[in-house]
Amino acid sequence: MYRYDQYDQAMVDARVEEFRDQARRRLEGKLTEDQFKPLRLMNGLYLQLHAYMLRVAIPYGTLDARQMEMLSHIADKYDRGYGHFTTRQNIQYNWIKLEDAADILADLATVEMHAIQTSGNCIRNISSDHFAGAAADEVVDPRPYAELMRQWSSFHPEFTYLPRKFKIAVIASEKDRAAMRLHDIGVRIIKRDGEVGAQFYAGGGMGRTPMIAPMIRDFVPLDQFITYAEACLRVYNRYGRRDNKYKARIKILVHELGAAEYIRQVEEEFAHMLTVGVEPPREELARIAEYFAPPAFVDGPKTVDRSDPDFALWVDRNTHRHKHDAYVSAVISLKPAGGIPGDATSEQMRIVAKLAREYSFDELRVMHTQNLLLPHVRIADLHAVWTALDEAGLGAANMDTIEDIIACPGLDYCSLANARSIPLAQRISERFAETGRTEVVGELKLKISGCINACGHHHAGHIGILGVDKKGKENFQLSLGGSEAEDVSLAKITGPGFDEDGVVAAVEKVTDVYLASRTEGERFLDTYRRIGMEPFKEALYD
Amino acid sequence: MKILTGNDLRSGAVTWWNGSGWSLFVDDAVDVGDASNGSEGAEEILAREQAARRVNAAYAIEASIDASGHVRPAHIKDRVRALGPTVRRDLGVTTADKTGWDWVI
Repeated sequence: MYRYDQYDQAMVDARVEEFRDQARRRLEGKLTEDQFKPLRLMNGLYLQLHAYMLRVAIPYGTLDARQMEMLSHIADKYDRGYGHFTTRQNIQYNWIKLEDAADILADLATVEMHAIQTSGNCIRNISSDHFAGAAADEVVDPRPYAELMRQWSSFHPEFTYLPRKFKIAVIASEKDRAAMRLHDIGVRIIKRDGEVGAQFYAGGGMGRTPMIAPMIRDFVPLDQFITYAEACLRVYNRYGRRDNKYKARIKILVHELGAAEYIRQVEEEFAHMLTVGVEPPREELARIAEYFAPPAFVDGPKTVDRSDPDFALWVDRNTHRHKHDAYVSAVISLKPAGGIPGDATSEQMRIVAKLAREYSFDELRVMHTQNLLLPHVRIADLHAVWTALDEAGLGAANMDTIEDIIACPGLDYCSLANARSIPLAQRISERFAETGRTEVVGELKLKISGCINACGHHHAGHIGILGVDKKGKENFQLSLGGSEAEDVSLAKITGPGFDEDGVVAAVEKVTDVYLASRTEGERFLDTYRRIGMEPFKEALYD
Repeated sequence: MKILTGNDLRSGAVTWWNGSGWSLFVDDAVDVGDASNGSEGAEEILAREQAARRVNAAYAIEASIDASGHVRPAHIKDRVRALGPTVRRDLGVTTADKTGWDWVI
């Protein structure tokens, strides 16, 4: 994985000291909250319902054991013994003190981590396929391209005050495991006639106006990769709306201009930028790529002993095919039935770090599904890994099932939320686990957001739930048919909302319709697409 | 009644105006709604306290007092703020009000 060079480290260290001074001045009354707020947000420090919240960037979700141990240390020393992994492959701490914030950033800097650009109207953490570097189906490892974009976008002087926040995802396979087309810019690294290049999508997003990004260029040569991205951002920065924050995302610009006109303007800017010479030298990409060279895989057994049914189920559910046939990628579920999606204790973080060191070439990933991943596990070691995970409460075999729920922090933590998300996730996962229906239902992606900002990706859920405030009471809108994968689609609302008990029952009714209607091997999403909304509405409202 | 709430500048902890300072307990909150008797109004208190950095991001909210004498913020968001995350009650504010969690949602 990438290691900081002297410039990276110097920039991060300088930012820590800059923030230390800013925080000191705030505490001494030399800065008002209005003056300080944009400064703390630039360093990922929010003020949430109960305390300050710090969001730490995990670039493209990749980290090593010592970094995970630092995250554990921070949870213990400065927070309350846990952290929350997010849908953008970051981690958030919920109980931070302002007077500790600079010390936390300094600790993070010692392991090449920071919280820069995890908030504010700038280019945020670049996300990627959590199986990058391991997936059997990838064209190349997308992370060198994500890292190049990270370096380009970090402290970019022109893009520090964009009309609104800006999220980029980079993948390199036909399968989309990063919700690529629901990002402001989505990049798919492809090979055409043997040449590696980038396919660009722009104008996707969730939030109050969900949109699927159209493709804006089918092939950008690698020696023009950053120049093209720069052109996309320049057009947005120039014409994105600044008069209305709800219309300020690039998706609105692309929609209002029309994709063809946005593309025309980007191409015009691109042609201009090619004459300016902003593209980093190809040697820089090559230098970065060296950090992502595959580990020294060795041959070994390709099958496991399936005599333990619990282990066999976990292997079936939570492992993913690896490019080397003696290895798999192993998903560490942060979704125990009745648990809080994405939360991990400091002890669990330490255990995961130890397993990464022992069994996965010192590599870990944070998945946008709020789980963790050991990307390179020898099949021969799987039972030992599973045993250790199970003992730590991390052995749930539920990847991509209805128990593998994405849920934002919701009204339990977030100052923007209108309703609580986590209790719903807890009740639904418990209900399905108790009744044994999880296995019967199979793949079903349920996503819950506590407000229209859609941090819980409800628009992209096979089943989505949106919490709203209805005359001071929590109310939940149910939607069906979304997908953030390569078959991307936006979910449609079923009808009137439900109270908390009602929406849990409604999810069960929806799965009843699915089970009664599915054909052999058909996923929930495919059944919904075949039979449409009506049978579900009849079951819910008649 | 109208009460004042905010976050402690240093710790970020939720606090409530008790008439002379900021308390961690919602039950200590006092009514600042009646400034007709010459007492300070909400805006004056907020301006003074924030300028003195004794509270951050403070605002006034509607609340009521229940039959047992407990202060109940009107909005669900402030009720959650009063006691802590409903899903991590072990991390919430410890209060003598045994019925506390019953009225949050």
